Amino acid sequence: MTNDLISLSIPNMLAGMRSGQFSSRELTEAFLKRLDAVEPKVHAFLSLTPESALAQADVADKLYKTGDPASLPPLLGLPIAVKDLLTVKGMPCTCGSKILEGFMPPFTATSIQRLLDAGVVIVGKTNMDEFAMGSSTENSAYGPTSNPWDLTRVPGGSSGGSAAAVADWSVPAAIGSDTGGSVRQPASFCGLTGIKPTYGRVSRYGLVAYGSSLDTVGVLAHSAEDAALVFRPMAGLDPMDATSMDVPVPTYKLENKTDLHGLRVGVPKEYFIEGMQTEVESAVRAAIQTLKEMGAQIIEISLPHTEFALPVYYLIAPAEASANLARYDSIRFGPREAGSTMWEMFRKSRGSLFGSEVKRRIMLGTYALSAGYYDAYYGQAQKVRTLIKRDFDEAYQSVDVIACPVAPTTAFKQGQHTDDPLAMYLEDVFTLPINLAGVPGLAFPVGFDQNNLPIGMQLLGPHFKEEILFQTAHAYQQGTDWHKRVPVL
Amino acid sequence: MSLTRKEVEHIADLARLDLSETEKQKYQEQLSAILDYAASLQKLDTSGIPPTSSVLPPHSTLREDVAGVSLPVAETLKNAKSKKDDQFQVPPVLE
Repeated sequence: MTNDLISLSIPNMLAGMRSGQFSSRELTEAFLKRLDAVEPKVHAFLSLTPESALAQADVADKLYKTGDPASLPPLLGLPIAVKDLLTVKGMPCTCGSKILEGFMPPFTATSIQRLLDAGVVIVGKTNMDEFAMGSSTENSAYGPTSNPWDLTRVPGGSSGGSAAAVADWSVPAAIGSDTGGSVRQPASFCGLTGIKPTYGRVSRYGLVAYGSSLDTVGVLAHSAEDAALVFRPMAGLDPMDATSMDVPVPTYKLENKTDLHGLRVGVPKEYFIEGMQTEVESAVRAAIQTLKEMGAQIIEISLPHTEFALPVYYLIAPAEASANLARYDSIRFGPREAGSTMWEMFRKSRGSLFGSEVKRRIMLGTYALSAGYYDAYYGQAQKVRTLIKRDFDEAYQSVDVIACPVAPTTAFKQGQHTDDPLAMYLEDVFTLPINLAGVPGLAFPVGFDQNNLPIGMQLLGPHFKEEILFQTAHAYQQGTDWHKRVPVL
Repeated sequence: MSLTRKEVEHIADLARLDLSETEKQKYQEQLSAILDYAASLQKLDTSGIPPTSSVLPPHSTLREDVAGVSLPVAETLKNAKSKKDDQFQVPPVLE
């Protein structure tokens, strides 16, 4: 019985605990047992807290017995994992970097605090590309994570640990962050459903900053229904984040309907490019056909500035990163290298404790912001960002959602792109425009390639319309079973 | 667009990063390639286009000017490698 617990949907886990069929301790122990068995192969986690998780589970079980059933927290007793980029008081936070080794944050991120208030049990912090800079989780200073579908391949990144932890069934859901695709691309590579919300929908307080105008907090889970349930408590205004928005948060209670009549789905021609894996294109086109058969109206659209998103992103994000990462001075936190002056200590500490991709982006951003080059690079990129955002604004005049691939390929081999940063950046070509426009995106599996690797599609919506993405993917998932496949480990 | 070794050293200095000779060589090549790629933006006419620094509509987040709770000094200093008398300690600032 206990082993079957981990394969339940999240609504069924919550219903089972509420009705007393099993306890949060039993559920958490079942996941911890699975985690023990698969973690040595996958390396999804940077730190594990099984003891505090079981203590949280016991608190949840007590509340189930004594609390008023009408007012129990919505996710009471549900185990989850958290990307090591979000602070949780009492748990280490390395961001996958040596420069934060041993750092114990003195406060908890708002998004995570809201989940704790909703009753979750945190089993550990997940691996990631250092400071979320990467698309493969190979840039972690603590070693790479493997893709549960093929251990010789990457899980995607930067939230690769969160994706792998859900895909190998160590946890039913995990929190990630998405600055340029870091939730959606690993979700796609690992056969999961992942939500990147509207910029400003979820507080960034306690999310370690990478590109502040692009950073969002999202969820990875097995289905749209599971992801929506975990996402709900995190959303909403937070006085601690001036960029969080006071826009009403719906319940995200999904209807079990499969009729999509009245839904207008835009298909942007710029997202089907030469050189992309043919199986990815055909699986995504087949999924769009399925939406059509369910009643949706399919409309070909154009997002004409798509090709500029990659260079715009790789100027804006590194520029913001170079400013944000100036705080790592080895004075207030982190290890320190010896230096005879403060300046020498800065240079030596940062030079030896940052990894090579982080240094590359700091250099790139510093250059793009430096005197004489600001207008040509950063200034021009910000203007082209306006054109990219306008493409989306115009598209949403005639469609409700946009459907397109998440990545041009399925999961690639470990080491395949490590010596060629530009080739690695090209993996993000379909995910970056969404962050530049600030719109929400939901990735979910729509097929498998001949190597049995998952293929993902993303649905994009207008600002603050996450609900329509969850609802559409939920309708699709009721008629398909790609999201129910399990990797053999 | 190709960066010179001197420019790479200047950027590293601005960013307070000590780089090895191998790293300087590598970044000189890689950053040049990335900047070449970014040069495609120059072909777009953006005259009259305002820059986007935030995707959100302008909004005010002012609050009443009342003191709130902040972190205690001990908590703030907890992660510091070197501290003295409730303060962070650093190597000499003047060379």
